[in-house]
Amino acid sequence: MRTSISESAATWGLRLVTYSIVAVVGYIILDIVWKGAPVLSWSFLSTAPTANGQGGIWPAIVGTFWLITGTILVALPLGMASAVYLSEYSKQGRFTAMIRLAIVTLAGVPSIVFGLFGLGLFVLFFGFGTSILAGSLTLACMVLPTIIVSSEESLRAVPQALREASLALGATKWETIRKNVLPYAIPGMLTGSILGIGRAAGETAPILLTVAAFYLPNLPRSVFDQALALPFHLYALATQFPNPDLVRPTQYGTALVLLLLVLGLNIGAIILRSHFRKRYRW
Amino acid sequence: MSFRNTQELAVRYTLRIAASASILIVFLIFLFLFKEALPFVREPGLSHLLNGRWNPTSLKEVSYGIFPLVTGSLLVTTLATLLSIPFGVCGAVYIAELAGPREREVLKPFVELVAAIPSVVLGFFGLIVVAPALRRLFDLPSGLTALTGALVLALMAVPTIVTISEDAIRSVPMSYKEASMAMGANRMQTIWRVTVPAAMSGIIASVMLGMGRVIGETMAVIMLTGNAAMTTLSPLAPVRTMTATIAAEMGEIVFGSEHYQALFWVGILLLLSTFLLNIVAMRVLKSYQRL
Repeated sequence: MRTSISESAATWGLRLVTYSIVAVVGYIILDIVWKGAPVLSWSFLSTAPTANGQGGIWPAIVGTFWLITGTILVALPLGMASAVYLSEYSKQGRFTAMIRLAIVTLAGVPSIVFGLFGLGLFVLFFGFGTSILAGSLTLACMVLPTIIVSSEESLRAVPQALREASLALGATKWETIRKNVLPYAIPGMLTGSILGIGRAAGETAPILLTVAAFYLPNLPRSVFDQALALPFHLYALATQFPNPDLVRPTQYGTALVLLLLVLGLNIGAIILRSHFRKRYRW
Repeated sequence: MSFRNTQELAVRYTLRIAASASILIVFLIFLFLFKEALPFVREPGLSHLLNGRWNPTSLKEVSYGIFPLVTGSLLVTTLATLLSIPFGVCGAVYIAELAGPREREVLKPFVELVAAIPSVVLGFFGLIVVAPALRRLFDLPSGLTALTGALVLALMAVPTIVTISEDAIRSVPMSYKEASMAMGANRMQTIWRVTVPAAMSGIIASVMLGMGRVIGETMAVIMLTGNAAMTTLSPLAPVRTMTATIAAEMGEIVFGSEHYQALFWVGILLLLSTFLLNIVAMRVLKSYQRL
């Protein structure tokens, strides 16, 4: 048939375009793994960088760890509580519409604008200075919409019958949510949140304005200290040294560690999600 | 009132307060951006932003014209969007209509994984691989051009376009396709003349959301576009975007200075443009979901 030849040609064309995206991404990941892997060693991970762009990345790992911990401590409870309110308590109305508009707006704010906001509010107005605290709070504001939206989705997936059964037995609304809704929704809420946190871990622009110091071999001693972070360290390594060939191995090593961290979080979340999907099937 | 009732009320109000945090944060973002930017209105005056040159550190005559930064952002965004549309839409069509179920199970999460790669990593890759390749290809003095940034940014916009367009294409009712097939149209004719037009508003929304992501992107742009604040429309010239200007200059200036305030105005412009893009995209998305 004549049409089937042109049709299969078109199908192959589309397949080619789709797989070219896969190929480009695969190439990027493989290139970084290939050239970064030889650099990874215990001493690379556990020592401080030197002034000429050599040495390890330990302070950057520590800085990223504290930033992420701070972000989780602020954003997770706030985001989950917002999601519970939106899914279980809110009624159609102006207040709910405003919250939804705010969430959509927040999700679209460019990361550098979050940086300006963090600089104006946390660093200068609250006087935290460029510090882990200011950076964590800024990143928390940034990931809040992701956490709310995915948590709400997971709460809404819990069948209505479970709530009705509990309410019919005389439990109050909060007792119902606590005992009959949250236990089933929490895994989904957490995996969605991990995806948001992963984004925060790789974000550079807000950190640039609120946390980071170039070349900083010392570890932070408190939340009011400046700190290095992996994405920022990679940016500094890639742009601040006149002789790039000398710094190339350290750059690849840092890029690989950052990539492993972020992709590891994402793949972990995806696996967790499919695991729990199999466990609860309504 | 019993303990249970008090507890119920306490929980309800706590959650309500938590939920209003998003509103508060949006309000604070607008408030603090304007608060930091506002003194500029009196001295040296807002009209200085409309100047044609961005040269805030000049010793002779400082100039805060954001025009070159706006054209820089527009040039990079337009190029990246044009590059990402064919890949994003073809990918979405393939995944939604042509891929087998198991192929789709692998392709979709993989494309979404691209969105998770930190922009600084993609910027680093662009710096080491894309920029030298472009320099050799076009015989340029430097590989850091608007096109270099746009190529990497296009890759960042693709997952947004694929994910949302794919949803839109899949939600076109089966009866449309069946009717088209019954009229004797083949699969490709059905896809391009029936399914894609029916999903068009979703596809347009996906492109707008992708654009929003590209305009706001900072790190890849600062690493790849060469950062020369000049007004040009050539893809092979270095440009400086609004985001890159803020990120590059904020670290080196006195807080509260005129330069600092001018950078906050750039931030406000950026915030308003992404805000508008997102609101319009959401409207478009809603209009097709009502279908």
